Amino acid sequence: MAENEVKLSLGVRRKVCWRHQFLQGSWNYERMQNGGWCYAMIPAIKALYKTKEEQSAALKRHLEFYNTHPYVSAPIIGVTLALEEERANGAPVEDQAIQGVKVGMMGPLAGVGDPVFWFTVRPILGALGASMALTGSIVGPLLFFVLWNAIRLAFLWYTQEFGYSVGTTIAKDLSGGLLGKITEGASILGMFIIGALVRRWVSITFTPVVSTIQQAEGAYIDWSSLPAGSEGIKQALELYSSLGPNGLNVEKVTTLQANLDQLIPGLAALLLTLLCCRLLKKGVSPITIILALFALGIVGRLLMFM
Amino acid sequence: MNPISILLVVVVAFFAGMEGILDEFQFHQPLVACTLIGLVTGHPTEGIILGGSLQMIALGWANVGAAVAPDAALAAVASAIIMVKGLGSADTQTAIATSIALAVPLSVAGLFLTMLCRTIAIPMVHFMDAAAEDANFRGVEMWQLLAIGLQGIRIAIPAAMLCMIPAEAVTAMLNAMPAWLSGGMAVGGGMVAAVGYAMVINMMATPEVWPFFALGFVLASLSELTLIALGALGVSIALIYLGLKDLAKQGGGSGGGSGDPLGDIINDY
Repeated sequence: MAENEVKLSLGVRRKVCWRHQFLQGSWNYERMQNGGWCYAMIPAIKALYKTKEEQSAALKRHLEFYNTHPYVSAPIIGVTLALEEERANGAPVEDQAIQGVKVGMMGPLAGVGDPVFWFTVRPILGALGASMALTGSIVGPLLFFVLWNAIRLAFLWYTQEFGYSVGTTIAKDLSGGLLGKITEGASILGMFIIGALVRRWVSITFTPVVSTIQQAEGAYIDWSSLPAGSEGIKQALELYSSLGPNGLNVEKVTTLQANLDQLIPGLAALLLTLLCCRLLKKGVSPITIILALFALGIVGRLLMFM
Repeated sequence: MNPISILLVVVVAFFAGMEGILDEFQFHQPLVACTLIGLVTGHPTEGIILGGSLQMIALGWANVGAAVAPDAALAAVASAIIMVKGLGSADTQTAIATSIALAVPLSVAGLFLTMLCRTIAIPMVHFMDAAAEDANFRGVEMWQLLAIGLQGIRIAIPAAMLCMIPAEAVTAMLNAMPAWLSGGMAVGGGMVAAVGYAMVINMMATPEVWPFFALGFVLASLSELTLIALGALGVSIALIYLGLKDLAKQGGGSGGGSGDPLGDIINDY
């Protein structure tokens, strides 16, 4: 048997990896990612099976229900390639075994893929790119696009190869502590970054004026007594750097926001985020909350408190 | 907009629509989609700024399992087109702020289109079943590609329709908007990012990781720390915590020595 053993060449594995990117293309409510999965397996099926009956059976085998995170699906397809290869070489690998491996791996792996990719890596790279983009710099979108795709393609290829080389033994690795650790590490990093993002990017400004006081002489810039020309500008700037923004006017205006910022900067943003968490947990749709916030913004502007 | 720009916008929209379901290259993320539409219409800077602003709102939007999140693809593409149309007469600030506000209702509309496509895909995979019966590889591949194309068209058609609306109508609409409405929507836009973050928090939060949220929140007040610095801090903290937790587990174990190499050596003496 060793003579005519079929092996999946590097080229075939690359093709599978490329096609695997279209996994979710025919996502449907009946069997979810089954079409994309079968589409990705086609180069391997063509290489392994030659008779029409075998090919048809293999296609049908890979049109069964399947759904997981589109990236962590790569090690699963790697293992499946190894299994199909054994089967084509005469090993007694049943249909149920192949479907069992797919179903057995997709659940736990999706549990890692969602927090790692959607809730840690993408928010971090997205926030990084977006913060640069806000100044109109093309570096922001480029950085996001290039970094994300480099990470993604490397992950897709190397984990598929890993799955292919270890074959079924990967199922044992799954029960080990590694996956749990990755998930936990991603949650820690994600929560840390989200904390930072809430502080930086959720903006609520309360405009009501709490107090207006006349400042003592010397606490503000006396614009009328400045020397003329560039000398005056220089002196004004020097005074400004020592007095701060309050030195610009005779009156010192304290807004509600300034008072809140002295307590904890960003407190209102924090409370709002926690409120959203509560509401989402209670099953309020995110869309409803978003629309309500817009309504609140408009009311706030009309009543002049935001 | 000239015909070439319109054509390119529709192409970008098509890619964004495909990626909205595939979630691979990220052409549907506002940061990428708005930038591309800005580029092909000759307003790159405004496109990038709009993309950055929308990205901040959409950070936590992700399709998990069978659930569908607000649709970033339609939101990004349609609001970028509206912004470009508005730039003609309205000032840049107003055009960007208004299109951000419009992005949110658009993301809801996109949601329904996605669900529609995912339902239409059911008969498509039945055609794949039939093709598999005859070992017809071409048939399976064709239906897969058609299904992806359908998702592209989902965004390309609304984009083409928006391009057809005369710019005057869009700017007239933008200009007719009273200050309290556009200002209020800008205020709301500042707050809606919280919803996306809350979605992320709910996915990951356990009592164990809440302290890390607090650390991030407090440290972010130091404006000297860039996001890269904060990322490095976060990674380090996660590694240190996991390492210490491992140590604690070994120390708290029965002292059997298996997880404690140093102890094993000492015991051997």
